[in-house]
Amino acid sequence: MDKIKCDCGHVNPEGTVLCEACGKPIEGNQHIDGNDHKKLLNMRYEGSARRSKTYTNSIVDKIWSFFSSVKVGVWLIVIALIASALGTIYPQAQYIPPEAISRDPAVYYEATYGLTGKIYYQLGFHELYSSWWYMILLALIGVSLVICSLDRYIPLRRALKKQKPKRHETFIKRQRFFSETDDVTKEEIKRVKENLKQQRYQISEENGHVLAEKGRFSRWGPYVNHIGLIIILIAALLRQTPLLFLDEYVWVREGEQTVIPGTDGEYYIENKKFILETYSEEDGEIYKKALEKQEEMVPKNFQTNAVIYKKKGEAVVGAEPELEVVKETEIRMNEPAKIGNGFTLYQAGYQLNEFHTMSFKVHRTDDKNQEALATFTVNMNDPESIYEFDDGLKVKIDQYYPEYELDNGEPRSVSKFPRNPAFVFLIYPPNETKPEVSFVGIGKNIDPTNENEYKLGIVDFDMRNVSGLTVRKDYTLPVFIVGALIFMIGVIQGMYWQHRRIWIHPKGKGVLLAAHTNKNWHALKQNIEKALANTSLNIVEDQQELDNDVSKQGGES
Amino acid sequence: MSLEQRKAKKAQKMKKRFIFRSIILIVMLAAIVYALVANFNKDKSIYRAGDVAPDFKLEQINSHNELESIQLSDLKGKGVMLNFWATYCKPCEAEMPFMEKLYPEYKEKGIEIVAVNLDVNTLVVDRFIDKYDLTFPILPDHKEQVMDLYKVGQLPSTFFIDESGVIVDKVDGALTLENLEKQFQKILPKK
Repeated sequence: MDKIKCDCGHVNPEGTVLCEACGKPIEGNQHIDGNDHKKLLNMRYEGSARRSKTYTNSIVDKIWSFFSSVKVGVWLIVIALIASALGTIYPQAQYIPPEAISRDPAVYYEATYGLTGKIYYQLGFHELYSSWWYMILLALIGVSLVICSLDRYIPLRRALKKQKPKRHETFIKRQRFFSETDDVTKEEIKRVKENLKQQRYQISEENGHVLAEKGRFSRWGPYVNHIGLIIILIAALLRQTPLLFLDEYVWVREGEQTVIPGTDGEYYIENKKFILETYSEEDGEIYKKALEKQEEMVPKNFQTNAVIYKKKGEAVVGAEPELEVVKETEIRMNEPAKIGNGFTLYQAGYQLNEFHTMSFKVHRTDDKNQEALATFTVNMNDPESIYEFDDGLKVKIDQYYPEYELDNGEPRSVSKFPRNPAFVFLIYPPNETKPEVSFVGIGKNIDPTNENEYKLGIVDFDMRNVSGLTVRKDYTLPVFIVGALIFMIGVIQGMYWQHRRIWIHPKGKGVLLAAHTNKNWHALKQNIEKALANTSLNIVEDQQELDNDVSKQGGES
Repeated sequence: MSLEQRKAKKAQKMKKRFIFRSIILIVMLAAIVYALVANFNKDKSIYRAGDVAPDFKLEQINSHNELESIQLSDLKGKGVMLNFWATYCKPCEAEMPFMEKLYPEYKEKGIEIVAVNLDVNTLVVDRFIDKYDLTFPILPDHKEQVMDLYKVGQLPSTFFIDESGVIVDKVDGALTLENLEKQFQKILPKK
């Protein structure tokens, strides 16, 4: 009832299409692989029993057979594909621009995109890639991958293990490569076997029936490949834990010290100096020609000279922590610094020429020589409010715009970084309480009243650089590498080897000859031609032309 | 092989298959659950409603306010509006007058505003304070430690913390006067 006994005596599991031992098509199961209307047999998975349709009485078996369907797997992938595409229609919540009306997703999407935006938000597409259902979808693809593989690998291995040299005549006749020879001597068969052995075929025999086989292990390629994929999925899973994976970014200005993000306030970094070196003529002749082609400077080295600190003891966040130097290090591009606890710092970005200090002088407006009455230096990151001088002259900073910009006629700063500093100075002449107003910036020196007695000028400035560093902790990379390696082995295994089989089936005085391979039929034919040389055996013919429908069938997956 | 034996063998085989499949399904289910939980916890590393607000301590620089420094844990018993802002941030500038407008009234009722500033220099902050006549505490976070602690991305970002130190709500982006008052009602200490 549950098992099918073939004429050859082998007992097959239910659902078997071709007898595992002799290959005879099992009646009533031919529709499964679409053999019923074709001349040629579909050799996929050797016609072994899959999907285990009989054992669906328990819930476990039901779940199992659901996931063992390739159709289900393909649909899961299609759904994931469509969902991923939907997530790109509008920006994800984390990419809502800072200048948006509101960064609250509930407001932003509707306000920016109207009704479709509202629907987008309500369906939760604004956080699609981290939504539980998207993650479950990806997980289901993983489950499908595992179960599909197991459900094909196990019966396939069983069928290939159980196969016998003696095959049923129907099986032989319905192979793609087939020939029939009426009169063949034993000598000739012996010679064919010798020739096949020379081509490294493995020969097995049973009552004069011969099976020559090579490259069976290439059949495991897809499954090895899937194991690799599963390991990669596991690695991606492990990336979810901050314990194993962390990726942050930090900007440090020269001379400044800041906490390294992601380290829970454990580590601090001080930027001693950022160095950007470019190629120049001193680098020698060999670069000369290449450099001439470049209009711009060609960077040679990006480097941060940094000091790494570690917090000592416990302290409330914000309170000045007690720090100890872990190491002084030079971080160069492709030469990251390991700072401990699995953290590595990579040189990843820079900003040159941020203003650090600026020196000004005060002179009389009508003085042609602009002789300095007073000079003072402003620290861009910590300017003082008032600068007082011996003769009673006072300069007060009324407004300071680190990155000055005119916004609807109103001056304001667009960031806290002194990239384009501008000041509104109030100059109090000696013994005066009414100040003169002066606006000074890069390339700007405005006297709004045109009646100022005193004028300010920039005499000197000092620039500094900012270094951008990636902070990363990644213990999952080796797992990815192992997965990718196994994946690649599987691909190679399935790509560069083929599973070739040749059957010699005695019939009366003559023989039937059939052959099968999963790919590269041309090479198989060459093997056969070489083996049959100087014998009376007929070369196999490709029966596919007689059965065009079969060509539409793909390979295993 | 008798029929009995064959049946017994089949039953055993099915049992084996059942166990094998169950184990694989359970292992995969465990992996999925782990992935979901891990993902959920990742979100949790960002403090949101329902979490206890982590403690910090910063200097106070607003000369119109009497406090010299603030440690969040010292404010237990009061509702706290923890605001992250900077002078160059337009939406921050927009909500500041609303905060100032409600501050005196709600200070009486037991709410404290803690405005963590992310500018580099204090001069611009001082000028800003003067421009809007702010009287609530302003705390510069020069090393961005508190910003890092609260995983604040873009400014402004505001946490509303109740009297027991639990975050009641988090608002990204500017608040309107109306919204601000609603939020204050939520964190008003019960007497």
